[in-house]
Amino acid sequence: AAGMFLRLLSDIQWRAAHPKWRRMTRSQRSTSTTAEPHPVSLPAQAQVVICGGGIMGTSVAYHLSKMGFKDIVLLEQGRLAAGTTRFCAGIVSTARPVSIELKMAHYSNKLYQQLEQETGVQTGYMKTGSISLAQTQDRLISLKRIASSLNVMGIPCEIISPKKVLQLHPLINIHDLVGAMYVPEDALVSSANVSLALATAASRNGVQIHERTSVSHVTIQKGRVTGVETDRGRIQCEYFVNCAGQWAYELGHSGEEPIHIPVHACEHFYLLTHPLQEPLSSSLPTIVDPDGRIYIRNWQGGILSGGFEKNPKPLFTEGRNQLEIQNLQEDWDHFGPLLSALLRRMPGLEALQIMQLVNCPESFTPDMRCIMGESPTARGYFVLAGMNSAGISYGGGAGKYLAEWIVNGYPSENVWPLDLKRFGTLQSSRTFLRHRVMEVMPLMYDLKVPRWDFQTGRQLRTSPLYDRLDAQGARWMEKHGFERVKYFVPPGSDLLDLDHSKTFYKPDWFDIVGSEVKCCKEAVCVIDMSSFTKFEISSTGDQALESLQYLFSNDLDVPVGHVVHTGMLNEKGGYENDCSIARLSKRSFFMISPTDQQVHCWAWLKNRLPDDSNLVLEDVTWKYTALNLIGPRAVDVLSELSYAPMTAEHFPSLFCKEMSVGYANGIRVMSITHTGEPGFVLYIPIEYALHVYNEVMNMGQKYGIRNAGYYALRSLRIEKFFAFWGQDLDAFTTPMECGREFQVKLDKGMEFLGQEVLLEQKQNGVYKRFTMFILEDHDTDMDLWPWWGEPIFRNGRYVGKTTSSAYSYTLERHVCLGFVHHFDEKTGEKLVVTTDFINQGEYEIDIAGQRFQAKAKLYPFSSLFTQRRRKDEVELSGYQRE
Amino acid sequence: FYLTPAQVNSILKANEYSFKVPEFDGKNVSSVLGFDSNQLPANAPIEDRRSAATCLQTRGMLLGVFDGHAGCACAQAVSERLFYYIAVSLLPHETLLEIENAVENGRALLPILQWHKHPNDYFSKEASKLYFNSLRTYWQELIDLNSGETTDVREALINAFKRLDNDISLEAQVGDPNSFLNYLVLRVAFSGSTACVAHVDGVDLHVANTGDSRAMLGVQEEDGSWSAVNLSYDHNAQNEHEVERVKMEHPRSEEKSLVKQDRLLGLLMPFRAFGDVKFKWSIDLQKRVVESGPDQLNDNEYTKFIPPNYHTPPYLTAEPEVIHHKLRPQDKFLVLATDGLWETMHRQDVARIVGEYLTGVHHQQPIAVGGYKVTLGQMHGLLTERRARISSVFEDQNAATHLIRHAVGNNEFGTVDHERLSKMLSLPEELARMYRDDITIIVVQFNSHVIGAYQNEE
Repeated sequence: AAGMFLRLLSDIQWRAAHPKWRRMTRSQRSTSTTAEPHPVSLPAQAQVVICGGGIMGTSVAYHLSKMGFKDIVLLEQGRLAAGTTRFCAGIVSTARPVSIELKMAHYSNKLYQQLEQETGVQTGYMKTGSISLAQTQDRLISLKRIASSLNVMGIPCEIISPKKVLQLHPLINIHDLVGAMYVPEDALVSSANVSLALATAASRNGVQIHERTSVSHVTIQKGRVTGVETDRGRIQCEYFVNCAGQWAYELGHSGEEPIHIPVHACEHFYLLTHPLQEPLSSSLPTIVDPDGRIYIRNWQGGILSGGFEKNPKPLFTEGRNQLEIQNLQEDWDHFGPLLSALLRRMPGLEALQIMQLVNCPESFTPDMRCIMGESPTARGYFVLAGMNSAGISYGGGAGKYLAEWIVNGYPSENVWPLDLKRFGTLQSSRTFLRHRVMEVMPLMYDLKVPRWDFQTGRQLRTSPLYDRLDAQGARWMEKHGFERVKYFVPPGSDLLDLDHSKTFYKPDWFDIVGSEVKCCKEAVCVIDMSSFTKFEISSTGDQALESLQYLFSNDLDVPVGHVVHTGMLNEKGGYENDCSIARLSKRSFFMISPTDQQVHCWAWLKNRLPDDSNLVLEDVTWKYTALNLIGPRAVDVLSELSYAPMTAEHFPSLFCKEMSVGYANGIRVMSITHTGEPGFVLYIPIEYALHVYNEVMNMGQKYGIRNAGYYALRSLRIEKFFAFWGQDLDAFTTPMECGREFQVKLDKGMEFLGQEVLLEQKQNGVYKRFTMFILEDHDTDMDLWPWWGEPIFRNGRYVGKTTSSAYSYTLERHVCLGFVHHFDEKTGEKLVVTTDFINQGEYEIDIAGQRFQAKAKLYPFSSLFTQRRRKDEVELSGYQRE
Repeated sequence: FYLTPAQVNSILKANEYSFKVPEFDGKNVSSVLGFDSNQLPANAPIEDRRSAATCLQTRGMLLGVFDGHAGCACAQAVSERLFYYIAVSLLPHETLLEIENAVENGRALLPILQWHKHPNDYFSKEASKLYFNSLRTYWQELIDLNSGETTDVREALINAFKRLDNDISLEAQVGDPNSFLNYLVLRVAFSGSTACVAHVDGVDLHVANTGDSRAMLGVQEEDGSWSAVNLSYDHNAQNEHEVERVKMEHPRSEEKSLVKQDRLLGLLMPFRAFGDVKFKWSIDLQKRVVESGPDQLNDNEYTKFIPPNYHTPPYLTAEPEVIHHKLRPQDKFLVLATDGLWETMHRQDVARIVGEYLTGVHHQQPIAVGGYKVTLGQMHGLLTERRARISSVFEDQNAATHLIRHAVGNNEFGTVDHERLSKMLSLPEELARMYRDDITIIVVQFNSHVIGAYQNEE
């Protein structure tokens, strides 16, 4: 075994250039565990300390040092590139469904390609290409979707026939294939050597690398990283980067204040063989057979093949020492089904001799996306971990983004889908992680259809009405651990059928959601929206108003009882959050934001509100149950229950009042619905939740009330062109780019965060524009449904991607929302997007390679707003979220 | 006439059921990993019944097997009703009040039991209202009796058994205006059933037994071998204490006629049972009920027939004997089975067969390639063969099925003989009962880690 690993680590020349390491690493890089003296003592302080000498740690060090940071120390408890990185299969693949991950992989590929030339270290880089096989039509659709997004990024990629597969790779049995995706520029590397090359370059740029140094914990004072305690002494530092891979969770929990990093390891097996009689060419493309759950690459004339089995074996749940990674057992019985799949795919390999079955643990995250970013509780504490076995593909790009984050305050791309702050402490339970990763690992190769939900780790956070709604046929999805209703299955419907609504085409809940939407338009519906993040900000004097006026873009100095839709912008004018704020009194505000903002928004405000004991920020999410009453009859239900007139004259739009509903007092009623329909949201202290719900349902009966879920809400808001944060809006989108100038206090002469950028955009125009598309020649029953991430073409040229879509039951058309750019035809440079530019184009939306004509609109259909209350107060482009 | 292995399997597996306690159900970690159950009919229709449920308002799990005689009506009724009686007996006063209030006010009831049922295990819809009313009367009395003391499991089990039998008897005496129900309650009362019920809560295992079904604990010794510990006594003529008890309860003059041909009054095999009012009611009462009953009852020779030497009823009781056992880490499983199993297999063999079945998969040596020259094809063949071996030795996914396979198909060497199995299973209905009895088995598997942890706490 040792011999094999030595070959993987073939290149050792790099050490010669670095005398100060030579002494430490002179002896054989074997599994010898005898302690060697540490010739170089640790510095007493550094600007950045990176923990972990795998691909992530070395990539962060490489990029930080390139960006001009000099005072960097990298600590590795064992040897460089000796953990998961050492065992990694070395496949650099850009075929990723999440666009930010795709960008990272694309960058990694380009970086590795020139790394050998840059550093002189052999990386084994070989551009072999990769072929992803489809055994079913559904799989082919999912490949076509990926192919569409690769193509518009300029990454060569084509859908090919089984016959073409055989031409590219003569060993493949193609009789059960329906097609494949070929990405010719995908590559193979020796991941350990890539890591060593990055370390070499970093070291030349002044990064100090210390092996055999373990971090025991990180010290944090007043919410800031102050230093690192190691087994060789303490280093004071400003920034700490946790790149400890599978041990990131333990390391996060080792300090007094735990940093929650939800990763968990599973055993991962791959097979190495001796060379074929006629050794395989090293340029043969890598094969991914997701329906067979395996990947196959050429390896030293033989093959390397592994996979993601249905029944993964999670390990290290209790936390273990890294040394055990060396001693994991081969488990042939467990590998059996994957071996069968391999021999079915390449029957000619039967006579090939086995070299070894490698057991190499990989770490997985609760949502299959990697984790990067700054801790919400400790400034300067950065994390890059949980690569879901794509570490080598992401390594370069992820390291670059994290380095940018440290140096510039934020990466050059929107990385919210990967941000550590999308998780809270609740995802940090060991039991949760163990169960969830057992679902996540097989999911790597499962078919991912629109709107799938995780099955494990559910029913964690629920509304007090959960059981009541469940008994009425609610079907659930989960956001940030909170159970939310998708739709209600009417009694008598075929339940079994509905549980199998996994399709790229029209789903079987179509009519159910349609009837909920209809009820919202014609009568009244109740949607439990308790999951939203709710904060209260109050002060003894004017501090609350003053601070919020700076942090939020809309004018909050409104009369008490008014509700304001406003963005929480960053320095670049981009949306960090999008929320509704009600002024409860002169000195207190009630803030509603999307469910997954609970950690991010809290950290953002905490870090920016003045340190003043008279200014209080409180998370009251758990204190209130929110019921959204949508529809023209909501006003009747509520006025009957409260004996108070609720008509527009008495209760105008965007208004907030505490009132009684039924017997319960102190219910915060707001005249917003997040859909553009008339109605109210009731914020109910949780102990009254059941009472108020019962009262509303009883009273509502005569008005035709019924329960509804988020799918109905989604359809309603999208047809009205409401953007929501986390899907349409992100930290790189400004109010000016999505038609929300009216929600910005540019003309009030008040200073606020992001102001300069907005002013500049007002003057010079914007470079992308949020646009609504109505699909014209799309057959709802027969054609593939849009989801999000579909490329948009204007006059045949790519201009952007959709961010969300839904079927509008009113328009009887699909509506897609997305951003339109204006790329210069020759240089590709981004130009200003004008209204004329939008209006004067012919548009097409590409769904899995098939283009559909679309009509672009910059303003919603006014006919959809059934009840105009007061012209200036219509919730036009109010914020929205799911 | 010969059954293929696949046909044999489909017969054996027709009634199998498995339940796995969720690894972590959010409330407490259970000492029970799960259970397998199965039944193989010899009578048509089968007269055995089985039940399993989790108590929702108290902790613990209930499992039971019921062997009916003179029809299946009594066993059916007991299998539906007994666990409710037990659960109610275990409930604290406040919960009883809450439930009563809910019924009074027409609100939704707290769920008391979560049943774990095979689709073939049915509940009588027609009688549910009647049964419910009897149960409600019982809890109302419990509420009135409020002793203020915490409920002892042993006492609760005994009370529940006696009360249900009493209700069965009363319902038959009172009758029902609905003719279908009237006939049903009479059939229940005139047929009989044994009951062997286990209640598991943490390390506390109680077995309440009435009749000749049996509970047996499978224990793994330190050397890995298996032994059996009885957790019930058979109530039949082979049990000296039972014979002694019956004799004590009746005048000396009846001593000779009490037990004849190893049967109670020369008729009944089990010495304790539910129903069987022919052995409980006075002759007057029996005659009155039969005469006023529906014609079907009057035409039935069996019900009209009064046992000979019937002087001092009751001769029969449903009161169970309760054995309490503190579970230890070496206690790996519990087998509850009707006498159909125990007639054909010694308990020691049962312990060994189930023990080896439950642990067998783990005993296979892992494969290591080491320095050998192995090709992918060879390895694939080897793995396929290993899987095939596992599935042939352990082709049963269910321990109870595995046990039935042995019980019916074992040859003189103690291994399953397919030919014998095929013959036994293809016997025509009328012959089957001659060669074997209905067999019903529940195998409960314990979680040794949890039990160990409980022990350490104590």
